Amino acid sequence: MIHATVSLEAKGLELWYGKFQALRGISVVIPHNQITAIIGPSGCGKSSLLRCFNRMNDLIPGSRVKGEVLFDGRSIYGADVDPTEVRYRIGMVFQKPNPFPKSVFDNVAFGPRVNGIQGNLEERVEHALRRAALWDEIKDRLHKSAMQLSGGQQQRLCIARTLALEPEVILMDEPCSALDPVATLKIEDLMKSLVEEYTIVIVTHNMQQAGRVSDMAAFLMMEEDRAGTLVEYGPTAQLFTNPKDKRTEDYITGRIG
Amino acid sequence: MLQRSLHSARTGVEGSTESLMRLRRQSRIREAVIQRLLLTCALVSVFTTVGIVVMLVVQAAGFFSEVSALEFFTGTQWTPLFQPRRFGVLPLVGGTILTAGIAILVALPIGLAAAIYLSEYAHDRVRRAVKPSLEILAGVPTVVYGYFALTFVTPLLRNVFPDMIVFNALSAGLVMGVMIIPMVSSLSEDAMVAVPRSLRDAAYGLGANRFEVATRVVMPAATSGIVAACILALSRAVGETMIMVIAAGSTPRLTFNPLESIQTMTAYIVQISLGETPHGTVEYYTLFAVGLLLFVMTLLMNLFSQWFVGRYREKY
Ligand SMILES: Nc1ncnc2c1ncn2[C@@H]1O[C@H](COP(=O)(O)OP(=O)(O)OP(=O)(O)O)[C@@H](O)[C@H]1O
Ligand SMILES: [Mg+2]
Repeated sequence: MIHATVSLEAKGLELWYGKFQALRGISVVIPHNQITAIIGPSGCGKSSLLRCFNRMNDLIPGSRVKGEVLFDGRSIYGADVDPTEVRYRIGMVFQKPNPFPKSVFDNVAFGPRVNGIQGNLEERVEHALRRAALWDEIKDRLHKSAMQLSGGQQQRLCIARTLALEPEVILMDEPCSALDPVATLKIEDLMKSLVEEYTIVIVTHNMQQAGRVSDMAAFLMMEEDRAGTLVEYGPTAQLFTNPKDKRTEDYITGRIG
Repeated sequence: MLQRSLHSARTGVEGSTESLMRLRRQSRIREAVIQRLLLTCALVSVFTTVGIVVMLVVQAAGFFSEVSALEFFTGTQWTPLFQPRRFGVLPLVGGTILTAGIAILVALPIGLAAAIYLSEYAHDRVRRAVKPSLEILAGVPTVVYGYFALTFVTPLLRNVFPDMIVFNALSAGLVMGVMIIPMVSSLSEDAMVAVPRSLRDAAYGLGANRFEVATRVVMPAATSGIVAACILALSRAVGETMIMVIAAGSTPRLTFNPLESIQTMTAYIVQISLGETPHGTVEYYTLFAVGLLLFVMTLLMNLFSQWFVGRYREKY
């Protein structure tokens, strides 16, 4: 296992939506500057787990979290922690591109503006767009509506929007599932270049994608009562070629899910 | 056994073919009748509208043959019933704008705040209880509002402004503002609730708090619906009659001092309709000139609102 410092750590994490338990006993360590993939069959709680890492589940009425999530060693569910600060340091990219119905510029500038970040906004926006490999394509359209971009461009815009806050971690929930293969490869290349500066956690349904991009992989599955548990976690190469758990092997070879 | 039942089923079908055809024919006739009936109903409302417009235009033409349009639209005195008679409509328009303006100043912030609360903050249970009770406000007869303004709000305001006239634009406008709050809040809330969850998630994911999500993402995304709601409320205020007749006074006066007594276009129309003004006189025809102007004003507002909604329709 590559030795790396810990960015995020879940300890005995449990999640309920009302009476329904969606996650049980999840303990996982997300290393710095690596791409960690969360894989598993549909409905096993991948998105739910991801949303625990930046407290997005707080927004769902009736949701409840037990256990701990540590970020740089500090509990993000502590009583003194402001969830908006958590979300600004741990960014999120969603399954479907969801740009605001505003201009390209205003989309990227949104985060810095609401968080009252001082400094040159133009530079920050340009830097984020360059970092998301989008600048050259749309530098002449900064003040046009973001809704006119293609799906792949919209998704890279959403990544740029997150980057504008210079977060430490980027959570991505199936960021390519609404994109064609070319756009998908672009996003994957982007992730590989971003991981030098950021820690990335990606949920994906696509085994090839997990194999191509991730350093670490976590395999989740549902138990009998449909609560998601962590079956196996380790370096992607090991998980894919030499899984310890029979269920991991069955899933990876396409026998279940 | 099986064969027998199959056979009987088949004869059953054959036996009913004729009655089936009859049924079909009957239902086709019924369809046609229903269609005609619905068409007639639709036409009734169209003809009524056309009839009203034609009547207004024809009668107003009678007025404008005796009074110049220039005087009507630019004159600042409105004394059709006294000597010297003046037919400048601006005092009535001013009274209307003043009261409607006060009303919208009340209804816009409160209505939008209520909409934001209901759509972004309130739990489902609270929303289900609050929304209908807000809408009750719109169901209160306007006469009641009028007397509320005159006998409750005006005395209250006179504690603050001792030299305020009993009939004044302020209390009428304030109370009318309360009346139109639910129009602003209910329609705005519908527009805000329709903004997709994914946009809110995006904003929360960037560290926005609830209020920032509401004001910087949800409201801008719902602009067209909110503007439509406000214009609808404004045109309701411009057309409101009873509160104005009861509480705002009957003194046409071009003023922007809300403590004074004024007269709105609607209140003037009531005054003439109920008074002893002889038919066929110029005074009588003013009714239609003012009515036509009121009609055109609200029509323009509605057209603008439709254009705006079409132009800025949410595309998320
Ligand atoms: N807001 C919610 N309220 C109640 N139950 C929910 C909610 N969101 C998810 N669930 C339930 O939690 C379980 C896990 O859902 P989640 O979306 O995390 O799965 P997933 O692994 O991401 O699935 P997919 O691969 O289809 O995206 C599912 O059974 C789902 O029905
Ligand atoms: Mg999911």
